[in-house]
Amino acid sequence: MSEATAPGTLLLSVQDVTVRFGALTALSAVSLEIRRGEIVAIIGPNGAGKTTLLNVISGFYQPDAGRIVFDGQDRTRLRPPDVAALGIARTFQNVALFKGMSVLDNLMTGRLMKMRSHFLLDAVYWGPARREELRHRKFVEGIIDFLEIQAIRKMPAGKLPYGLQKRVELGRALAAEPTLLLLDEPMAGMNVEEKEDMSRFILDVNGEFGTTIALIEHDMGVVMDISDRVAVLDYGRKIADGPPEQVRKDQAVLDAYLGTAHE
Amino acid sequence: MDVANDAAYDTFPKLARANAERLAGKIAMREKDFGIWQATTWREYFEQGRLIALGLAALGFRRGDKVAIIGDNRPQLYWAVLATQALGGVPVPLYQDSIEKEMEYILDHAEARFAVVEDQEQVDKLMHVRPRCPKLEHVIYDDVRGMRGYSEPWLMSLAELQEAGRKFEVGHPTHFDDELARGRADDTAIICYTSGTTGVPKGAMLTHRNLIVTARNAAAAERLRVDDEILSYLPMAWVGDHIFSYAQSIVTGFAINCPESTATVLHDLKEIGPTYFFAPPRIWESLLTSVMVRIEDSAWLKRKVVQFFLDLAQGMERQRLMGRPVTAAQRLLYPLGALLVYGPLKDNLGLRRVRLAYTAGEAIGPEIFVFFRGLGVNVKQLYGMTESSVFVTIQRDGDVRLDTVGTPLPGVEIKISPEGEVLFRSPGVFAGYYRNPEATAQMVQDGWMRSGDAGFLDAAGHLKIIDRAKDLSRLATGTIFAPKYIENKLKFSPYVKEAVCIGQDRPYVTALVNIDLAAVGNWAERRNIAYTSYTDLSQKPEVYDLIQQEVDRVNGSLLEDEVLKGAQIRKFLILHKELDPDDEEITRTRKVRRGYIAQKYATLIEALYGDRDRVQVEARVTYEDGRVGMVRADVHIREATGRAPGAR
Repeated sequence: MSEATAPGTLLLSVQDVTVRFGALTALSAVSLEIRRGEIVAIIGPNGAGKTTLLNVISGFYQPDAGRIVFDGQDRTRLRPPDVAALGIARTFQNVALFKGMSVLDNLMTGRLMKMRSHFLLDAVYWGPARREELRHRKFVEGIIDFLEIQAIRKMPAGKLPYGLQKRVELGRALAAEPTLLLLDEPMAGMNVEEKEDMSRFILDVNGEFGTTIALIEHDMGVVMDISDRVAVLDYGRKIADGPPEQVRKDQAVLDAYLGTAHE
Repeated sequence: MDVANDAAYDTFPKLARANAERLAGKIAMREKDFGIWQATTWREYFEQGRLIALGLAALGFRRGDKVAIIGDNRPQLYWAVLATQALGGVPVPLYQDSIEKEMEYILDHAEARFAVVEDQEQVDKLMHVRPRCPKLEHVIYDDVRGMRGYSEPWLMSLAELQEAGRKFEVGHPTHFDDELARGRADDTAIICYTSGTTGVPKGAMLTHRNLIVTARNAAAAERLRVDDEILSYLPMAWVGDHIFSYAQSIVTGFAINCPESTATVLHDLKEIGPTYFFAPPRIWESLLTSVMVRIEDSAWLKRKVVQFFLDLAQGMERQRLMGRPVTAAQRLLYPLGALLVYGPLKDNLGLRRVRLAYTAGEAIGPEIFVFFRGLGVNVKQLYGMTESSVFVTIQRDGDVRLDTVGTPLPGVEIKISPEGEVLFRSPGVFAGYYRNPEATAQMVQDGWMRSGDAGFLDAAGHLKIIDRAKDLSRLATGTIFAPKYIENKLKFSPYVKEAVCIGQDRPYVTALVNIDLAAVGNWAERRNIAYTSYTDLSQKPEVYDLIQQEVDRVNGSLLEDEVLKGAQIRKFLILHKELDPDDEEITRTRKVRRGYIAQKYATLIEALYGDRDRVQVEARVTYEDGRVGMVRADVHIREATGRAPGAR
C-alpha cells in the first residue's frame, strides 16, 4: 500500500461548497473532509441539505461555488459517470433498482464500469466476452455470498420486500468496487432486525474491503454505533463535525434537534 | 455378517481411508458456494479430514477428547467429524440454532475441549458461554467473514488449523496413521444429544460398531448404491443426518450435497434431484402445502385438471395400500396423469429421481403419505430413534401399508411389553447416555430397549405404533384417546401448522390449533380479508370458519374408526402465537411438548372446558437473542359440529 492510499490519509475534501436552487440556498459554504477507511455519518433535521451534499459529491449537482477534491484531483465539474469511474458509488434514499430484472442482473449492472469487451463480441457471447462475463459473475457471486442473498438471486428485484431491495442496492454499489461508498438513508423504513443486519453489513464492508463510507441516517442509535465521525448539517450549514460522543453533547446540535429558536 | 469385526475396516476413518483409495476421484460431497456446486472427492475428503486431525493433534488433542460441532451442513464440519474420530475423539454435534443456555448445558455436560464451528454467529455464542464452560479450550471457525476484529488466543480459523497440521506432520510423520490404527469398533463414534420432550438433553453414545452395522444393514436391505445422491439439509446434531449424510455415505460411497443456505433448500433440492431423500413429516407437509397453495392460485381449468389427476392417483394409492386391486380405467388414465401432472410436479419439487425416500421422527398424516406415493415417489415410513442408531423397522418395497411402520431390519428383534410398550434389541442399540447411568438404566428393561411408544405387531409381522406410551390415555368417559393421531389428521390441512389435542381425564376432546401463516395469509388475501399480524389473523371469524371446516372433516374421519369415534373434537381455539422452540413449546425437531403447553396455556385449556366463548391471554415470548417479550390477545373459542355417536 503506497503512502497515498494508506488508511487515514485524505480521500475526499469538500471545500466551501455552496449550492443554490433559485432563491433557496441548500448548502452554504460547507466543508467536509473524509479520510480513507472512515465511516462518516451526515446527520441533520429534514431539509438540512444532507442529500444535496451527497448529490454534489456524486456529481448529480454542480456546486455554485467551492471545490471538490477526490484522491488528490480536483473533480468539481465532473458528471456522474465520470465520478463513478473514479470509484465513487452510491445508493438512493428511494430505492433505485431495475425492478423487472433479477437481483443477479441488477448486481451485474454494477459491473458495467468494469466491462471492456466489444458489444459485438458480447452479442455472440464468445471469446473474451465470455471470459469477461464469467469473471464478473464470479465477483458478483462473492457479493451475493457476502450479503447473504443467495435465496433471492433469481428473483425480480421489484418483487422483494423493501429491506431486501435496500440490501440489493448496496450490493450493486459494491459491485463497482468503490473506493468511496455513499449511502443515502440505508436504513429508512426498516424494522429493528433489518437495521441490525444492515449495520453489520456496513461495518463488514468497511472492515473486509477497507471501503470508505459516507452515510446519511436518521436513526441516532445506529449513527452513534457505527460511525467513526459525525458531521451535522442544519439549514445548509455545517454546525458540528467530530467523534459521535463529542457531537452528541454539542450545544449547537442539541439546539438544532430540540428546536431552539434560530435567529 | 459382522463387517465391523475386520480390524482394517472397523471405524469410520478407516472406511473413509479405504474410500479414498478405492473411490479416489469419485465425488463424495458437494456444496453450493458462490452459486456453483463445488465438489470434494473421496480422496480430498479424507485428506482434508487428515489435515484437521493433525492440526488438532498439534493443539494437544488426546484420545477420548470431545469436539463440539456447530453449524449448518458444511463439508468442513463433516471433515471435522472424521478428523475427531481418526484421533480417537468423539464429535458432539449441537443444534446450530440453539440459544446460549442450551449450548452451555451440552458443552459443559459433554466436557468438550474443542469446538469446530461454522461462522462468527456461533463464535459469538461460544464467547458468551465460554466463562461457564471451563473445559472448552479451543474454538476453530470455518468462515472468516466478520472475524477480523477477533484476536482471542483460543480462536483459530480452520485454514490456520490445517496449516498447523501440516507443520506438525513434519515432526510427527506417522502420528495420524498410528492414531487411526488404534481406533476400535467399540469406541464411541459420536454423542448425539436428544432434544428431549421432557427434562434436560441426554447424550446418547453410539459406537462405530452400532453405526457401521446398522448403516450397512439398512443400505443392503434398501439396495443403496455408490451413485446415489442425497441432500444433507437436516441439522447435523440430529442422529438421522449423521446416519444418512455421514455413516451411510462412508459405508456405501454415495455423494452428499450441502445446500447453499437454509433459505435455498427447496431450490437446491430441485437442482440436485436426489435419488435418496429423507424428510421428517414436517417437510413433507410443507412441500405439500406449497403445492396446494400454488394449485389454489392457478386458473380454473388448470386447477380442475390437476385436482382430477391428484384424486385419481390418491385413490389408486389407497387401494394399493389396502391391498385392493386398481381398476382398468384407473390404470389407463394414470400414464396421462403422469405426463400432465405427476411428472412435472415431481420435477418441480426436485423429487423426480427419488428411488428411495423416508419419513420418520413422528407419524406422518396418512393423507400426506398417500399424496406423495400417489405421485410415484417411493416414500416409506421408518421407525427408530437416536438410541437405536435410527433404524428399527422399515417398510419394504412392495409391502408398504398406511398404518404400520414396516418390519424389523435384519438383526433387530421386537417384542411388546405387557403394558403395550414396544421393546427391541438390535446391533444399533447405543452404549448408554454419557454421564447419566440412571437414564440409561431407565431405557433398558430385562435386556430390551424401551421405545416409549405404544404399539403392536400385526399378523403379518408389521409394527403398528399408536402413540407415545405416556400420551395414550382415556377420556373421563373411558374412551381411548390418542392425541397425536388426531393432531396428524388436523395437520394434513394446509392451513394448520401445528395442533395440540387435550382430553386425558376430561369429558371430551379439545384442540389448540396453530394456523400456517403462509397458507392462511394467502387465503385471506384472496378473499380481501385485511389483517395486521399473526395474532390478528388468527382471531378473524372467517379464519375460525375455515379451521372449523378442517375440524369437522377430522371428526368425520374419526367417526369411521370404531375405537376412536368417541374421541371427536368438541371445542377448539386458534392460538394467538406460533408454537416456537425458543419458547420451549416444541423441541428443535418440532415435537410438541405437551406437559409444558398444558402448563403454559392452562387458562386457555380451562376455558375450553368452561362455557365462555372467549378468553384473554398474555404469553411470554423469547426472541432469538434471548430477550423476552409479552404478547396479549383475546382468544376465541369455537364449538365443532362433531356428531358424538349415541350422545345426540
